[in-house]
Amino acid sequence: MDFELMINSFPKLLNAAVVTLKLLSVSLIVGLFIGLLFAILRLNKNIFINKFAYGYSYVFRGTPLLVQIFIIYFGLGQIESLRSSFLWLILKEPYWCAIIAFALNTGAYTSEILRSAFQTIKPGIIEAGKSLGISNKIIFYKVQIPIAIRQSLPAYGNEIILMLKGTSLASTVTLMDLTGVAKYIISTTFKPIEVFIVAGGIYLFMTFIVHNVIKFLEKKYSY
Amino acid sequence: MELLAFGDTGWGDELFRATLMTIAVSITAMLIGFSFAAIFTPLKLSKFKFLNLIANIYTTVIRGVPELLVIYLFFFGGSGAIMFVASIFGYNEYIEINAFVTGSFAIGIISGAYSTEVFRGAIQSIDKGQFEAAKVLGFSKFKQFYKIVLPQMLRLAIPNLSNVWQITLKDTSLISVTGLVEIMRQSYIAAGSTRDPLFFYSFAAVLYLLLTFISMKLINKLEVKYSRGY
Repeated sequence: MDFELMINSFPKLLNAAVVTLKLLSVSLIVGLFIGLLFAILRLNKNIFINKFAYGYSYVFRGTPLLVQIFIIYFGLGQIESLRSSFLWLILKEPYWCAIIAFALNTGAYTSEILRSAFQTIKPGIIEAGKSLGISNKIIFYKVQIPIAIRQSLPAYGNEIILMLKGTSLASTVTLMDLTGVAKYIISTTFKPIEVFIVAGGIYLFMTFIVHNVIKFLEKKYSY
Repeated sequence: MELLAFGDTGWGDELFRATLMTIAVSITAMLIGFSFAAIFTPLKLSKFKFLNLIANIYTTVIRGVPELLVIYLFFFGGSGAIMFVASIFGYNEYIEINAFVTGSFAIGIISGAYSTEVFRGAIQSIDKGQFEAAKVLGFSKFKQFYKIVLPQMLRLAIPNLSNVWQITLKDTSLISVTGLVEIMRQSYIAAGSTRDPLFFYSFAAVLYLLLTFISMKLINKLEVKYSRGY
């Protein structure tokens, strides 16, 4: 055990953890909007819209995240019209490519979580709202969404942790996140166990925090 | 389409072999995972706090740390660990373990942590009366497990195990970083030499979708078989 290396690499890894947290938070926020949009599309009665939303979540849940990142980072640059458009400003950056891939991926899982939450709302609650003369729009925003959020908290907490682990794939497109820096230190010092303990410890600490925040929110919004 | 031709001109046969490799690694990893689960599930359910602690550390650490980091640990540390063990027995030559073994072991340990949780949940949701009835009827521990716990546990565990299988299958794409030629690595090579990454990575996505689709169909059949009588 090389304790000196562990102590020396700790600040470097902690700095890299900030990159991981940035990737995680941006993609979770974007992913939440994508997820909400597709969950609403899934509940639409039009069969084409419905099937489109199902197809999206099926494809993104059925393929590895690594493939999705590679298609966006290496693949999209091949399309000539895309290279000459303003979108190229975003797509040439590995940082934004990773975020797009993460957001689309977590969006697919989030849409499934929210859809099942919407479906478990008892029809009686919506009927009660209608009989009180509340408009459909207000029922949706003030009744369905708050209940759905509460219902989906435990599953969404798992999704956050899965996404936290997913951000490690950013290191495959040259980003220096926590895993990227850990790999760099391992390959220069050949001390995999020490670095694994420190980097893994930081990841575990982050999972621990997420787990407890979700638990707190569950308790707060329980009914 | 000529890019996918079999033979020297296309990448069809290479990608086909790579797909078989992905299937082989996934199944091996899943089986390694089961053997880890067979060790750690009893520890989780044990009456001794210390044994519980060991099993909890295993599942918490593995499920809380990125898969890629675990793979790097095995990739860079695997040979060293084997050589250290061998040196105790007086063998000091350089030992290189191949990418297939490292990869399936790393993914297997991850898959094992998930399987352990699935089996624990399944055993715990078996009615207490079943265990008591087995005891009253004088079944031995071994017979109790084989005749009463296992069949009921499988029925409850199969839907969740199919999730674990999906996770394991998708995790194998990460082994490509160690150089094992499975779908992802082969697509990377093909994309590099043809300069057509969009096509090959999209094709890789299709292959993974196909694998998940087919395996879901097979698992559904298994599910029907084990839920007979319910």
